Amino acid sequence: MTSLTVPGPLAATPGSGWRKTKDRIATTVIYACVLVALVPLVWLLWTVVSRGLRGITGDGWFTGSQRGLTYRDAGGGALHAIVGTLEQVALCTVISVPIALLVAIYLVEYGRGPLARATTFMVDILTGIPSIVAALFIYAVFVTSFSGQRAGWLVSLALVMLMIPVVVRTTEEMLRLVPNELREASYALGVPKWKTIVKIVLPTAMSGIMTGIVLGVARVAGETAPLLVLVGYSPNDNNNLFSGPQGSLPGMIKDQFGNLGSTTILRGGHKVSVHYAADRMWAAALTLILLVMALNLLARLIASRSKVSS
Amino acid sequence: MPKRDSRMDRTPSDTGTARLADPPQADFEHPEPSGAAGDRRGPVIGSSQSAGVLPDDEPVFGAGTLGGRIGPGRFADRLLAGLSSGAGAFLVLLIGLVTVFLVIRALPAITADKSNFLTARSWDVGGDAPDFGVLPLLWVTVLISLVAMVLAVPVAIGIALFISQYAPARVARPVAYVIDLLAAIPSIIYGVWGIAVLAPKIQPVADWLSGHAGWVPLFKDYNVKGGTIFTGGVVLAVMILPIVTAIGRDVFERTPRANIEAAWALGATHWEVIRLAVLPYGRPGLVSGAMLGLGRALGETIAITLILSKVSNTGAFSFSIFNGGETFASKIANNAAEFNSPAQTGAYIAAGLVLFVLTFAVNAAARWVVNRRKEFS
Repeated sequence: MTSLTVPGPLAATPGSGWRKTKDRIATTVIYACVLVALVPLVWLLWTVVSRGLRGITGDGWFTGSQRGLTYRDAGGGALHAIVGTLEQVALCTVISVPIALLVAIYLVEYGRGPLARATTFMVDILTGIPSIVAALFIYAVFVTSFSGQRAGWLVSLALVMLMIPVVVRTTEEMLRLVPNELREASYALGVPKWKTIVKIVLPTAMSGIMTGIVLGVARVAGETAPLLVLVGYSPNDNNNLFSGPQGSLPGMIKDQFGNLGSTTILRGGHKVSVHYAADRMWAAALTLILLVMALNLLARLIASRSKVSS
Repeated sequence: MPKRDSRMDRTPSDTGTARLADPPQADFEHPEPSGAAGDRRGPVIGSSQSAGVLPDDEPVFGAGTLGGRIGPGRFADRLLAGLSSGAGAFLVLLIGLVTVFLVIRALPAITADKSNFLTARSWDVGGDAPDFGVLPLLWVTVLISLVAMVLAVPVAIGIALFISQYAPARVARPVAYVIDLLAAIPSIIYGVWGIAVLAPKIQPVADWLSGHAGWVPLFKDYNVKGGTIFTGGVVLAVMILPIVTAIGRDVFERTPRANIEAAWALGATHWEVIRLAVLPYGRPGLVSGAMLGLGRALGETIAITLILSKVSNTGAFSFSIFNGGETFASKIANNAAEFNSPAQTGAYIAAGLVLFVLTFAVNAAARWVVNRRKEFS
């Protein structure tokens, strides 16, 4: 900002005539932008809730699988999908969190020179890497090069690449917020650096780090692209991450979407057309949204209890 | 807010390292008081730069962790320093591996390709004589992302201005949270909603546009209903809205108070304050935010896969946003179940490689804009 040039004669009152009108127009447009953004959100959430509610409150949604069901059959559950998603995300979290924490500690507490710069840059690149490319990479390594079989754990590996940058970014930010006085006080007492980091810095930033982890989990729980490339969808229960096709919530939505169809049944003496697959698709979508939203709320909750804040 | 003080990290430990490593007389040759060494290396006290862009004279990987004293803490210090810098190196290696593996797997397919990989429009990878090119994929990917940008960026700027400049804090916070919720919705749900619910509702808009401006190649009617680039672009716009908004909010909130107050003092209206003080200040940030959104849009997979109708690539080249097509990501996703022979898979990996290069370039450029700004502010 070098110069401010206000066009037109300056009136005593801020704005008059055409300038005032322009101001009003701008205000209206800006308020309209917010409304425009709210439309798809409300519309989408309403669609998913209104169409999916009956499904997830139905019998056996959280206890049954989709074994042997086609679009002509009612009922069935999503347990196989929920278990698959939870297993894949859990393995991904177990792998990502230690790596991401160490990277963040490195960047904040140790990072100097070309390696630190390269790492920061790579975190940025990982943030933007398309999930399908991550999936292709894992495929090229484990299936093409080592002739492995598609299985749930490969999905977890692809998700690791998507989760690490999220956790690194938040953790890094939180560690930087820890006041330096705390570190200095610790050093002054003769505490070595590693102990300062482990016992002082990390606990202080813990709630922020947890927030990052939960956000990372929420980010990968809804990922679909790696599922398409790295594991087949199975409508049956398969609790084994390491072999065979496995169900998952996004996979189930995709599967039901691919088999949409209506069938005619007799209800109260009338022929009615019903869409079982569509009902299940929206119910699975609602289940997934509830899972992700719950994680997001959890992250907010943890964040609000944070000891350090920006 | 006090930022990290590099002197604190270096002073006791660097000199300690030197003492440990050097022969005893080294201390006489460099009789500097401890602390001076750290100072001379350029402490960045109170600097707002992140560690990643600290100017530095020499790499000190983990060297700063060797305590001045020799004790049980030393091993643990080394361990943590080694582990954490190892994790950093792992990430760098990971991106390197991604590039290497994609290239290794893609090259045989590209060399076996009968036609030009970049400019051909066919996609025949099943047989012995593969004949494929990525031109239609590139076109659809770029076009759908541009549609999304054109729709999302102005709205995102409006929302960012609302949150940072117009709304009082008790309104701004919930609005910001609600916009962030858009980012939390899984993309497959966007896809299902986009094709099943949104597409029929915006079809009249598409019909009107192609009816009145159909002579423009961009708006030519191809009689594809619903699964068009236009629908995909609208859904993508919703998906990238929170990213662009978040960055815009961030830069607008950092507009120096003095600039805004100066504009007010000159008698500017609220809009003039924004046009004269806020927008010019935030422009580089906005550019990079938009590019991050673009990067996201280029790589979006499942939503686009569900929405876009596949069309044949024979006949005249289609420029229209009212046609179907396939992006890089949706092409790969559509055929993921049929990865059989290495040669066939290689073609898709080659497509993935082009997508990787594309998003890499866009993201790197966006970061470059951000970082360049950081150095000046």
